[in-house]
Amino acid sequence: MNSKYTLLVCDGASCKTTHKANLAAGFKKVIAEKKLGEFVSVVKTGCFGICGQGPIVKVLPDDLLYVSVKQTDIEEIVEEHIKNGNVVKRLLYTDPFTQEPVEKQKGKKIYQKQFRIALRNCGLINPEDITEYIAVRGYEALASVLADKTPIEVVELMKKSKLRGRGGGGFPTGLKWEFTAKQPGNEKYVICNADEGDPGAFMDRSVLEGDPHSVLEAMAIAGYAIGASQGYIYVRAEYPLAIHRLNIAMEQAREYGFLGKNIFSSGFDFDIDIRLGAGAFVCGEETALIHSMEGQRGEPTKKPPFPSVSGFRKKPTSVNNVETFANIPAIVLNGADWFASIGTENSKGTKVFALAGKINNIGLVEVPMGTTLREIIYDIGGGMVNNKEFKAVQSGGPSGGVIPKEHLDTPIDYESLKQIGSMMGSGGLIVLDEDDDIVQLAKFYLDFTQDESCGKCTPCRIGTKRMYEILDRLTKLEGSPDDLDILEDLAVNIKNSALCGLGQSAPNPVLSTMEYFKDEYEAYAYRKVKHTYSIITDKCIGCTKCARVCPVECISGSVKVPHVIDESLCIACGACYTACPVNAIEKP
Amino acid sequence: MKINSRSELVELRKSLSNKITLRESGATTDDTIEILIGMATCGIASGAKDTYNELITVIEDLNLTNVKVISVGCLGYCYMEPTVQVCIPGEEPLLYGKITKDKAFELIEKVIVERVYLSDNLLIRSFDKAGASNE
Amino acid sequence: MEKVNLDLKDLDLEKLAELDQYILTLDDPVERLINVLHRAQDIFGYLPPNLQLYIARKLNISAAKVNGVVSFYSYFTEEKTGKYVVSVCMGTACYVKGAEKVLKRVLKELCVEKNEVTKDGLFSVKDVRCVGACSLAPILTIGETVFGHMTEEKVPGVLNKFRGEINED
Repeated sequence: MNSKYTLLVCDGASCKTTHKANLAAGFKKVIAEKKLGEFVSVVKTGCFGICGQGPIVKVLPDDLLYVSVKQTDIEEIVEEHIKNGNVVKRLLYTDPFTQEPVEKQKGKKIYQKQFRIALRNCGLINPEDITEYIAVRGYEALASVLADKTPIEVVELMKKSKLRGRGGGGFPTGLKWEFTAKQPGNEKYVICNADEGDPGAFMDRSVLEGDPHSVLEAMAIAGYAIGASQGYIYVRAEYPLAIHRLNIAMEQAREYGFLGKNIFSSGFDFDIDIRLGAGAFVCGEETALIHSMEGQRGEPTKKPPFPSVSGFRKKPTSVNNVETFANIPAIVLNGADWFASIGTENSKGTKVFALAGKINNIGLVEVPMGTTLREIIYDIGGGMVNNKEFKAVQSGGPSGGVIPKEHLDTPIDYESLKQIGSMMGSGGLIVLDEDDDIVQLAKFYLDFTQDESCGKCTPCRIGTKRMYEILDRLTKLEGSPDDLDILEDLAVNIKNSALCGLGQSAPNPVLSTMEYFKDEYEAYAYRKVKHTYSIITDKCIGCTKCARVCPVECISGSVKVPHVIDESLCIACGACYTACPVNAIEKP
Repeated sequence: MKINSRSELVELRKSLSNKITLRESGATTDDTIEILIGMATCGIASGAKDTYNELITVIEDLNLTNVKVISVGCLGYCYMEPTVQVCIPGEEPLLYGKITKDKAFELIEKVIVERVYLSDNLLIRSFDKAGASNE
Repeated sequence: MEKVNLDLKDLDLEKLAELDQYILTLDDPVERLINVLHRAQDIFGYLPPNLQLYIARKLNISAAKVNGVVSFYSYFTEEKTGKYVVSVCMGTACYVKGAEKVLKRVLKELCVEKNEVTKDGLFSVKDVRCVGACSLAPILTIGETVFGHMTEEKVPGVLNKFRGEINED
């Protein structure tokens, strides 16, 4: 670089809005005043992923981090560090383990909250070029398993790693393989569940689009372990790019002999085919998925028999999810102990989450189990958009629940999330802020499950419909306090009596929101919810902006005179609220 | 080309190792520069395809024969799509976000030709990952 | 009730030949009924009753079974769609960012109900579950093109782009 020093100043949304700091401009000003422009350049960067300690400034080439930098610190950093070459020790990043300030970052990375196993290759390799996957030790896990291990040893390895299914249920993968392996017969199947149906989750799509070979390799390992020579990937038709890349990957894998007959001259045969879904949420349930693969309506059937006993074509079948598979080559290469050393006591390894909603850094993150929601939302996720108040985070989609502020410090694993009324699910995290209406959200999910109910069992088919009707009544201010009791009663009954996972978990969004936000339900039940916007007369300056944006022209008033909203006409679109420059509009 | 044994596979991987070293640490001596561009569904929806084509055009116009553009999957920085990673031998790889079509020329001019940072778009790699190149 | 057209003679022969060709490549077309239906919908644009009957006869299964599968999956449509299908994402991320308002505006602009075709045959509107591009929420897609960060106000402009293409033809 041209200048002697480079200052990387975090310009992420969190550092910018939460701390209301414009540090980059501040640095530029001080540097210009001191006429040091030749020696140092200022570069604005994205989020460092440790927003809790923001704002952050990194100094190059010294490679050290200053944290919690305030406007008032700029002078000192420029004078001491840039001009005199002395480190400003009090602002240094502190190593969270040794508790010591880190003066030389070189060689030592800052401790990152994210650790990627399933996503390890995403964004690093070209998914349409098998040699790039080989360059990151691709297919070496399969090669080593075929050369050194018996199928039973592979099952033992998986059991020892304590990997659990990432599709939501959290069933131990090793046990699933063991059950399937122990079944008699030669005809067995491996199925990859890529029917990612939770609206708001997209980690499986990212793995298939970014690193398809890791899934193929893991499926072959599974085939070897359970004694199957055929695998299927059941993938949503809504993911055309993922399907395209899978097809390319399978073709290349066959060309290199990683799929097909006599793989690595071991005598083991394995091939994979794709089956398309056609838009049915319930097909994420493994028995429904199998029926769909057989060309039937995707209706679930009672377990037992489990698919490991009688699955696809009535043969023993192991169904595992995309993210689960993506972990497996890394577990084989790095060892079961390595994997089991990450995470909490009962949940090992990492989990990928899709962060969305009212959060700054929307995206995919992968964190060790045991990371808290607060770390995910405020450090990695960069906090709330526009610095609004956090209300809750929805996890587990239509089968999960909301997690309110008081549980933000819960370390995430399968059990802890269940305890607080939610579930891991596939890993969609939708962040809600103060503006979100929790009852409307519950209604949204009920609309979803009711629409997606396959209709086979009564509790789900009729029960969710009734629940939806009650919620609809409540939100239209046509309900009564009795409705709340009926709603809860229904929810509990459906949970206990529905046939499959979809039905049993469908009431969760209602039950969990009722537990934590009962007051909002009551407000609807007692019809105390205001549905229209109003103008606070004292604050209104009569700028006419609201009247001009109102789509139904229900705001009247003249220039410089406080305006009035005709509440009988207001459609609560919120346009006036956004337009008002002086916060004189009150929300419903 | 069929690979018949683990040793053949390891040989092949070793012959390819430069590529990954360049992308992970930049510690190579080769003179090939790589621009990786995130081309998953969300990247493409944000305009990654246009960026990809524009990068190729700019590289051809400037006759930068040692620069390759490679499409990769998603890095997870959805809020900063389209994202690219610039890998220059001897330097730490750099991530840039919001590289839309109209930023492509500036990216190549500043980062590859002039070797300075492109302010406002620089992203920090905020994750560690399971090792791949260790043995 | 409207009379259902089950006349196989009304089906386009060229398209049927393409479908037959595809079915011939399958070892077990009955098990792959869903793939067959996907291909049929790709070729014909939708799955009218007579086409379902044709597929049933071809695979030697009952038409009830074919219809049972078609009606079960939301990806399959028995109704003709517009030249451009406007899909408004109703995933959770889009929902909390105002997808409902976008959908309402689209329907209002086009004067149609959901799954109905506009009079000029140009558009039909449907809601879809998560497309998986949540960072761009709320989104709508028309054909292969994704429009992110949608607002009610942006709706007419987006639709006009497609109306314009027709005028230029």
